[in-house]
Amino acid sequence: MASGVRPRVKAPRSAEAGEVVTIKTLISHKMESGQRKDSDGNTIPRSIIHRFTCEFNGTSIIDVKMFPAISTNPYFEFDAKIPEAGDMVFTWYDDDGDVYTTTKTVKVA
Amino acid sequence: MEFSRRDTLALGLGAAAMTVLPFRVNAASEDAIADFTGGADVAEGGVTLTAPEIAENGNTVPISVSAEGASAIMVLAMGNPTPDVAIFNFGELAGSSSASTRIRLAGTQEVVAVAKLADGSFARASSEVKVTIGGCGG
Amino acid sequence: MKISAMTAIAAVLFSVPGLVSADADDDQLVINGEIEMTTKTEPPAHLDGALPEIISGWHFRADETQALQMDDFDNSGMIFVDEGRAQWNEVAGSEGKSCASCHEDPSSMEGVRATYPKWDEDAGEVQTVAMQINDCRENNMGAEPYGYTSTEMANMEALIALQSRGMPVDVAIDGPVRETWEEGKEIYYTRFGQLELSCANCHEQNYGNRIRSDHLSQGQINGFPVYRMKNAKLNTVHARFKGCVRDTRAETFKPGSDEFVALELYVASRGNGLSVEGPSVRN
Repeated sequence: MASGVRPRVKAPRSAEAGEVVTIKTLISHKMESGQRKDSDGNTIPRSIIHRFTCEFNGTSIIDVKMFPAISTNPYFEFDAKIPEAGDMVFTWYDDDGDVYTTTKTVKVA
Repeated sequence: MEFSRRDTLALGLGAAAMTVLPFRVNAASEDAIADFTGGADVAEGGVTLTAPEIAENGNTVPISVSAEGASAIMVLAMGNPTPDVAIFNFGELAGSSSASTRIRLAGTQEVVAVAKLADGSFARASSEVKVTIGGCGG
Repeated sequence: MKISAMTAIAAVLFSVPGLVSADADDDQLVINGEIEMTTKTEPPAHLDGALPEIISGWHFRADETQALQMDDFDNSGMIFVDEGRAQWNEVAGSEGKSCASCHEDPSSMEGVRATYPKWDEDAGEVQTVAMQINDCRENNMGAEPYGYTSTEMANMEALIALQSRGMPVDVAIDGPVRETWEEGKEIYYTRFGQLELSCANCHEQNYGNRIRSDHLSQGQINGFPVYRMKNAKLNTVHARFKGCVRDTRAETFKPGSDEFVALELYVASRGNGLSVEGPSVRN
């Protein structure tokens, strides 16, 4: 479902070197579980985001394996350590092969 | 509507059974845990799982997990058709071994978190979440 | 012995043994740690004692649900505000215009949600925000109207509501709107459906009680559009009205119908003084 997928990320614009900051992410996705049936009784095929990663300058902060029990419009909150100025890259991997990415630049004061 | 003594008794027993066994714990969850731990022993404690006692809607249940120094935490919903929920792998730049998300629960059931701790051992915590079925579909 | 159907239904609807009766709580709604919302206040004079206090639906929700509205990065409805912002800037229709072509930034919509539905002099009728959006699309942009309760409409309504967030609802009930307002009031107190329930039966006489396991609110609409955990999307006022009337086992009015426009005006006026909360989060 490449269309209508919209990420939304809360990350600080700046931090102190070594500071731990809280990150929040939301993305619009129906997360079709593969458990539901349509009105004709046919199973609606699974179509979910199955992996979410967050990296800072190429080093992993978190890597989440996701299953159909994650709610529609997936939400994650976690803590990140900011060692230096750089880019925080958020990536969501869709079952259909699409990859959604957004980047936040963090300055170090 | 009239109930005989026998009907009433049967209803009562049915309700009692429902209360005690909201969902049968499914073998798939044991397999999922074994995959994660490689069959190692899992101790109780050392992991914090925060989940509501009563969820207003099973479709969106906020949960948090935390285990100091853990490299990974797996979350399972023991009563779901497939028990796997998520596996959080904490990287080098994780500010803590904790995370929050929102999950789907098919009904009242036990939610379990299993953590791989810094020393390579495993620990678990669980929490029963009651899922209410609202009266107003809207 | 003959128990009337209504009494039997009422007994089932409004009692859940084992659950403590739960009135609206006393929590404070502050969004992003800075926007202080009025979620309980004096009822408007026109209610004439029908409610001792007007209370946002936020107070009837569990702490976990309440928390989802206290930070714009926890509130999933905000994804759809972003979506609405994209629609705002999107050129559509024969005139080659977007909303932004005339209205510039969405912040120009400040105060709109708080005063709608309101009288439209040119149209000679009460208009909702949704009607106004479609009026603009059809007559100024030459574009297809949005479905009245469609995703696109909900996104746009959320974007517009956000511009008034924290402002008190202040819907006019006098002057040219009076007749429509009276019609809405009539609908509010009329019993519909096989269950013979009026809006007032649940939301005026029984708020704070439980209907099966749902905690009944006052049915205030200051938080619309609302992101519901149940269907994980934004829900519009008329879609919610429809669901409510359907639950009384009645044929419902149509979203956008004169009846629902009148009801929206009346229900909005019952919340005069509460903060605009849209997009809010409910169960």
